[in-house]
Amino acid sequence: MSELSLPPFLILSAFLLACGVFCLATKRNAIGLLMGVELILNAANVNLVAAARFVPSLKLEGQVFALLVVVLAAAEAAVALAIFLNFYNNHATIDVDEATDLRG
Amino acid sequence: MNLTVVLFAMLAAVTAASAVGVAASRSVVRAAVWLLFTLIGVAGVYFLLGAEFLGAAQLIVYVGGTMVLMVFGVMITNQGPFAVLRTKPVEWAVGGVLAGGLFVLLATASLNFVSSGKTPDDPLPGISPIGLSFLGVEDGGKSYLLPFEVVSVHLLVVLVAAAYLARAKRRVNQVASGKEQGTNKEDTRQEQGVTP
Repeated sequence: MSELSLPPFLILSAFLLACGVFCLATKRNAIGLLMGVELILNAANVNLVAAARFVPSLKLEGQVFALLVVVLAAAEAAVALAIFLNFYNNHATIDVDEATDLRG
Repeated sequence: MNLTVVLFAMLAAVTAASAVGVAASRSVVRAAVWLLFTLIGVAGVYFLLGAEFLGAAQLIVYVGGTMVLMVFGVMITNQGPFAVLRTKPVEWAVGGVLAGGLFVLLATASLNFVSSGKTPDDPLPGISPIGLSFLGVEDGGKSYLLPFEVVSVHLLVVLVAAAYLARAKRRVNQVASGKEQGTNKEDTRQEQGVTP
């Protein structure tokens, strides 16, 4: 392999996605779940940018949609952290197994 | 074996190792630090791919914004230093099987993926074409003005909602019980002060 091609980036992205799914399945801290979601979104972004680099017809689209994903991930993290802080204020824990009702 | 392959191998190793650290560390503080290195590694992959603006945006938004937010969330909601919530072994097994199966499936699919033709040598479009296409003035018919506006309004709504949800409100019974506890403490102190 003398030159980079698309499959190594896809495999890196698949590995990040698997780590994110593992995070979502095993963490019980709500902020740990949020970290798993960030890993999954980064995996999707690596895919998009690699497609922008190696597929000639996606040069602009890959970067544009990756930027949109970055903005949406920031918004998602902000609102999810707000919900977790509210839950912590009401229940004094952040264990997701305790979050059976969110009314407070 | 040229320089970009070596650089990709290093960046991918750092990113993958710290992603494993995020998934495997029991303390959420350590997971946050591992996630920081993962995000920096992904930004390095963007720089390697030639998307400089995206790499800079990743560093600014993720490493500078989201990570700080997340670390503050950890600090506010932490129950004691390095609190650890135990996970059942069944959940470890289910998560491991799920993640491993997903990775094997996607990796085999990626290896079967036939890259079409030769790797293009021309660089990715820089900041100027991206900005012009976001604002809809790029000639060639590609306009992303509507997604841009939708995302901006969405960001505004979400930040207002987050500020509303996370505002420091104290419920009435909590205030009352706190006052009672405070008076009880004072009473006990007075009693203790009186008794000797």
